[in-house]
Amino acid sequence: MSAILPLRLEEVSFVAGGRTLIDRVSLALEAGTSSIILGANGAGKSVLMRLMHGLLAPSAGRVAWSGEGARRRQAMVFQRPVMLRRSALGNVIYALDAAGVPPVQRERLAAEALEEVGLGHLAQRPARVLSGGEQQRLSLARAWALHPEVLFLDEPTASLDPGATHEIENIIRAFDAAGTKIVMSTHSLGQARRLGDEVIYLHQGRIVERASIERFFPHPATAEAAAFVKGELPWI
Amino acid sequence: MDLRKILLVALCALAPAAWAQDKFIVVSSTTSTENSGLFGHILPLFQKKTGIAVRVVAQGTGQALDTGRRGDCDVVFVHNRNAELEMVQEGWFVDRHDVMYNDFVIVGPKSDPAHVAGLQDAVAALKRIRGASAPFASRGDKSGTHSAELRLWKAGGIDPKGDWYRETGSGMGATLNTASAMNAYAFADRGTWLSFKNRGELAVLVQGDPRLFNQYGVMLVNPARHPHVKKDLGQAFIDWLISPGGQAAIAAYKIGGEQLFFPNARQ
Amino acid sequence: MLDTLASGLRLVATLDLRLWQVVGLSLVVSLSAVALAALLGLPLGAALAVGRFRGRQAVIVVLNALMGLPPVVVGLVIYLLLSRAGPLGELGLLFTPQAMVIAQTVLVLPIIAALARQAVEDAWREYEEQLRSLGVEGTRAALTVLWDIRFSLLTAVLAGLGRASAEVGAVMIVGGNIDGVTRVMTTTIALETSKGDLPLALGLGMVLIGIVLALNAAAQLIKEAAQRRHG
Repeated sequence: MSAILPLRLEEVSFVAGGRTLIDRVSLALEAGTSSIILGANGAGKSVLMRLMHGLLAPSAGRVAWSGEGARRRQAMVFQRPVMLRRSALGNVIYALDAAGVPPVQRERLAAEALEEVGLGHLAQRPARVLSGGEQQRLSLARAWALHPEVLFLDEPTASLDPGATHEIENIIRAFDAAGTKIVMSTHSLGQARRLGDEVIYLHQGRIVERASIERFFPHPATAEAAAFVKGELPWI
Repeated sequence: MDLRKILLVALCALAPAAWAQDKFIVVSSTTSTENSGLFGHILPLFQKKTGIAVRVVAQGTGQALDTGRRGDCDVVFVHNRNAELEMVQEGWFVDRHDVMYNDFVIVGPKSDPAHVAGLQDAVAALKRIRGASAPFASRGDKSGTHSAELRLWKAGGIDPKGDWYRETGSGMGATLNTASAMNAYAFADRGTWLSFKNRGELAVLVQGDPRLFNQYGVMLVNPARHPHVKKDLGQAFIDWLISPGGQAAIAAYKIGGEQLFFPNARQ
Repeated sequence: MLDTLASGLRLVATLDLRLWQVVGLSLVVSLSAVALAALLGLPLGAALAVGRFRGRQAVIVVLNALMGLPPVVVGLVIYLLLSRAGPLGELGLLFTPQAMVIAQTVLVLPIIAALARQAVEDAWREYEEQLRSLGVEGTRAALTVLWDIRFSLLTAVLAGLGRASAEVGAVMIVGGNIDGVTRVMTTTIALETSKGDLPLALGLGMVLIGIVLALNAAAQLIKEAAQRRHG
């Protein structure tokens, strides 16, 4: 049972530099469903993710978790992984330290997380010399070690080749199987279909459509979403 | 790694034990005296006799007297009798004793455009230099040397100003460097001149005038004004300077066989 | 001038214990000052880079300007503070190596802090979101970034060391250039120049430059080795 979900956004707006990037978004995210945030470049996917994760404060409206301690029970993976100048193991240990895990447990939990994502053999390698795909897997290991209730992923495979993408998607599935709610933004339709249960379609900062994967893909209900699926949406 | 190692060095470096010395006094004196090498000769003798180390801070006379007034030293040893006596009157120093004298000389280019070489009358020489508008480098720093120089100009009724008269605002050595580079005349103490190595075309042209004699005095900073002053150690130094032993040490100091300072303390 | 240089180096090569005492003191004073300035200045720079408060821009401008503090002015101010006639006279620190370390620390602190601020601010853009996502903020985040960019900070520290070992104004005034006690390389060079012993002064100058070069080379090697190890 999730302690912090559902996450409710109530009339959330975000304005920066005079432009409204998120426009009165209201939605509730429930446990158990993998939510894909879909949209063209510039639609506001990254901003929405950051508002939900708490990295940005809304200009208007409210972001409300359902329980206590939401801060510690979520994790985020960014498009470009940011690693500290230490070993792969060291990076995971850092995250555990930040989360308040007692020192005696950190190394064991970190090693387990690395094994889970297939990086066990690279534990002592400096994180910064790992390949893009390996670093992204390391980001996921870092999140895994924290056993989050919600995992936000902001276009996690946009910079990776198909092989690395495949590995990342497998790990995301593992998170899902372990009970973590997935909230992922992507502009890859294939990835959305492979990993998602529902689609939230974002167009110019507003949610235009929300539907299950089965209902969305053959026939999106709105014109904007339909255009996107057909690949005809002009880049903003 | 870097930070830790550096921290270690810093802590060791600042450990007071590294620089603690049991008995020492701070003596404020002039750069010309220091540059002459006198202290290098007599201070080890004093330390051997009494175990007291003497730390000499060499400044211009004006600054040295000010250092004494502020209480930043224990003893002042300079060559400006009038200023010294005035400050004793004002209560900054306990007493003043004659110690020694050296003399000033007028140096200049061997070509001697003002024709002063061999003159024994310093004031007349300065008049000729002024008359020829020959380049003259002055310290211009209110030092004892500078004050002596100005007194002589005044005695000749001259107010030295003009392109020919260059005030360097610095010590004896720097002024001699300038004179050497400019082939100018200059007013120097014999001590600095004898150890000065960058003479270029310069040579001693005028000497021997009694008005060129430069009297040194030593004073103890007044403990009534500055209780922290090491009055016993400081007094020991003064006593030694004016004692036969100290006076002999001063007389024994020579550069190239030539005596620089002539002891004249009265007991 | 080459003659002067040659005879200078010859003089230095034959010189005795006293020269090495002077070199040793120079290193101790400057390295201590840099260490202290780094200890204070690196966290200060990091805090300024990461913090947000009113007047922050003004503080940054002032800090950058302080990099150009004239050593002789710093020397004079510290002198007035440490003099017996001044507020801190009780400490009896004037004309000691400790006073020289204090003066040089004041001189070097703005350099290290300002350069660290710039380096941390640049890195902060990369690290900030990820650290906040992990729940790391404020002081802890600043220190994490500071430690992560430690090899780049070496440049800031070396800049400080360069300033400290090169200056003569501050140490001359607060140290008094006392033979065997507060005489360092730069003040010795000034002294020998004023005595007209230019070859010796030049020789010492070469030694000073050589030492600073060696320190910089060593730092560069450390930096490269570390970068190969840590990425």
